[in-house]
Amino acid sequence: MIWETFIGIEIHAELATKSKIFCSCSTEFGKAPNTNTCPVCIGLPGALPVLNEEVIQLALKAGLALNCKVNYINKMDRKNYFYPDLPRAYQISQFDLPILYDGYVEFEIEDTIERVNINRIHLEEDAGKLIHLEEHTCIDYNRGGVALIELVTEPELKSPKEAFEFVKTIKTIFEYVGVSDCKMEQGSLRFDANISVREKGQKELNTKVEIKNMNSFKEMQKALEKEEKRQIELYEFNEGDKIVQETRRWDSAKGRTVSMRGKEGVHDYRYFPEPDLRPIVISKKNVVDLKKEIPELPNEKLERLLTQFDLNKKETKIVVEDKKLALLFENTVKKGANPQKALNWIVGDLLRLIKTDGGDEDLEIDSSGLAELISIIESGDISLKAGREIFEEMFMKRKKPREIINRRGLIQINSEESLRIIVQKVMEANSKSVADYNAGKKQAITYLMGQVMKETKGQANPKMALQLLERIISNK
Amino acid sequence: MDADMETVCGIAGGVKEKKFKAAEIIEIYLKNITKQETKINAFISTRAVKALDEAKMIDEKIAKGERVGRLAGVPVGVKDNICTEGIKTTCASKMLENYISPYDATVIEKLKKEGAIIIGKTNMDEFAMGSSTENSAFKTTSNPWNLSRVPGGSSGGSAAAVASDFVPLSLGSDTGGSIRQPAAFCGIVGLKPTYGSISRFGLVAFASSLDQIGPMTKNVKDCVLSLEVLQGNDSRDATSSKRKFTAKYLLDSHDANKMKVAIPKQFFGDELDAEVKNSIMGSVERLQDMGVKVDEVSMPIDEEILSAYYIISSAEASSNLARFDGIRYGYRTSEYNNVEELMINSRTEAFGEEVKRRILLGTYVLSAGYYDAFYNKAHKMREAIKRRYHDIFSKYDLILSPVTPTVAFEKGEKIHSPMQMYLQDLYTVSVNLAGLPALSMNCGFDKNNLPIGLQIIGSHYSEEKMFQLAYLLESKLDLKKKVIL
Repeated sequence: MIWETFIGIEIHAELATKSKIFCSCSTEFGKAPNTNTCPVCIGLPGALPVLNEEVIQLALKAGLALNCKVNYINKMDRKNYFYPDLPRAYQISQFDLPILYDGYVEFEIEDTIERVNINRIHLEEDAGKLIHLEEHTCIDYNRGGVALIELVTEPELKSPKEAFEFVKTIKTIFEYVGVSDCKMEQGSLRFDANISVREKGQKELNTKVEIKNMNSFKEMQKALEKEEKRQIELYEFNEGDKIVQETRRWDSAKGRTVSMRGKEGVHDYRYFPEPDLRPIVISKKNVVDLKKEIPELPNEKLERLLTQFDLNKKETKIVVEDKKLALLFENTVKKGANPQKALNWIVGDLLRLIKTDGGDEDLEIDSSGLAELISIIESGDISLKAGREIFEEMFMKRKKPREIINRRGLIQINSEESLRIIVQKVMEANSKSVADYNAGKKQAITYLMGQVMKETKGQANPKMALQLLERIISNK
Repeated sequence: MDADMETVCGIAGGVKEKKFKAAEIIEIYLKNITKQETKINAFISTRAVKALDEAKMIDEKIAKGERVGRLAGVPVGVKDNICTEGIKTTCASKMLENYISPYDATVIEKLKKEGAIIIGKTNMDEFAMGSSTENSAFKTTSNPWNLSRVPGGSSGGSAAAVASDFVPLSLGSDTGGSIRQPAAFCGIVGLKPTYGSISRFGLVAFASSLDQIGPMTKNVKDCVLSLEVLQGNDSRDATSSKRKFTAKYLLDSHDANKMKVAIPKQFFGDELDAEVKNSIMGSVERLQDMGVKVDEVSMPIDEEILSAYYIISSAEASSNLARFDGIRYGYRTSEYNNVEELMINSRTEAFGEEVKRRILLGTYVLSAGYYDAFYNKAHKMREAIKRRYHDIFSKYDLILSPVTPTVAFEKGEKIHSPMQMYLQDLYTVSVNLAGLPALSMNCGFDKNNLPIGLQIIGSHYSEEKMFQLAYLLESKLDLKKKVIL
């Protein structure tokens, strides 16, 4: 049997505004519990929401970057439900008139371009956070009222891998446009997925299942793969009726999805227009102006870089997918560095260091430092090996390359005069190895090279030293 | 009491001109309260010591020649659903029995800035739901004209306080008639301004799209001054308007007698008490005598309008009152095993019957499958009402009507019949649905010496015209009857 999979994704992204959506409280992450709060965002009696205009602008930017249409008149609605993290017992959201609708995004997977349609993007506020302790549950409302956009796709993604590529693409676009900082570990980017499978040839879609609690792109892919497999197996064993419309939680430790049934039945959110806020009216001019502010998007940048420079596509893609890496790359090249070399440094050494340093902390390599380092190596003043050490120090200690070279005395010995003296000294001290070499044991030269490097504390130009060594031995 | 001491304008002027001291004023009013409050029960809380301290500070300022505000030394009663920093704001509910707001409502800030002195928080129907103040969780307020009668509601405490000379000015809130009906029952002036002209920031919401704060005073001039102080755009209320009314032509106006006034015949139907009708028609004739043109018009009001009002107001209330869940503040049950029980039991124990009835109604009309049949239909009705009023105001300056079908009724008379109580709102709710301003003023008394109210309805931001006509009528009627306690 051939099966087709249909996946839809919901993405919640916290907008990168300084203040919350309906009050002037800070959105700064990591503050002491309930310090970023006021009567408005904790819903005290009498307090009223006032819409932060910046939210509209950022949401529009996100939508325009994703080819969405704009609802020039839209409105906020109340979504009513009781939960302790929701202080007014209603979330101010958008129901039947989202600010943006009918968009699409394209991404590349296995060398083909896929397009996924975006049903809508709407505005809403984030809820607070419950912190469960042994005997008590505490509530931190710092996050409550932080502006969110919720993006909903059509169920058009055909595999978990595609879902993975899709969310990665969205994240990159949001970062490029500056819509959200997309810090998943801080919860500023979250996603849910729904998935159904059907036999090829069947017309209507089967029952879909929603999956929550996927904390990374990889986890999401894994969760969807598991759920896809579960559904196919149930259909194949004629137990398709066991697939019910429900929400399942991804248990990453156990590597499976678990039904969340029993939590509640179908919610009736009793949506109605938020009477405390006026309808949101967007001018055509505003949209036209914002369109001009949309920067070059990742796919455009990739295409341009590949056309402009002779670069490895896979590596370029890695750099383009991270706004900060892309910026570093372009600035390094602008400062005169060889593009492929700059790319090598970033994809090789920098990513390795970021990984060992534990995640995507703010990059501490500036482009002028990297360009300088590349030019110093090219000039032959230092070896590539020394360059690596310098690079690491630049990353860890935020130092300029010249500063490190001078302090550590890493200037390469390039003078033939100086090298000849050292080579001769090494040969005299290791006459047996010289004899071995002359007797045909060519690998003896490796040992002799090692001794030269030891003698020069690694500062000898290796190419030059080897040539000298070979020449002097052969002359003997 | 000196005549100047009885009114807002008189006090503000007298204090400024050093005719008397603010502290004297406060002492006199506090004495009135001490003497009569047990009969009236107008207040939920009072603040004698602090009020007196504030008055002394104003007197010091005046002695030093410093500037004082437009309401310097004026004692004010504030309905207990308007947030006051440091004073309990209970909404006459067990739910908020001990709730103290950490901030002042915008109107309170404005009053303080102008030197007004808050003397106490007034009784009301719980969360402003009711027409008799009998739905207060704490006490029943009496009508000062006849202690066995209700003062009206929901701003019953505010109205009774003004009529009893406990304060010359109080703040009420009007969602469907809650300022105008008690003003009528207590024989004072009550204004429900154009929606958006006074900030709602700090008003504990009942129905956000209908609620307006307004002043309740003894005469039209006091009402004008109070509105001038209270109105104005507020960056903390997205529904507040930038438009303002100005009163500069009010007192030397000769335009009022050139106005064209509409009398909607449906407001004078069978449900209207004959004495009330006669009194209002008498006032209309007086206006005609002065040259005001009066025409009968058609403005259908029926139980459908009442239904639309109760659907919209209850829908919004069900959502607005959902925050009272016992988690962060307010009443918390002692009986619970989990958070859901905590919320359910707290709400069950702390809300009164009428509040629960409206929450249930509101929840029902917003539920899936019923939304279109109720909320949406009510919304269309609302639009139709706006259009009807718009049509009338394209031809007429103002509308005159009764405020209520009857004068103040007996305590206990309607409290067990919600429908009877809801009919009290027949002439007032359409004004809120349309966001219009309306003023209620005394136009006479019935044979039992109970005040009769007259309603002047205007188009959006036409408060100036309303005041002009009201002032003209007030001067002409020159009613001198006073409450004797």
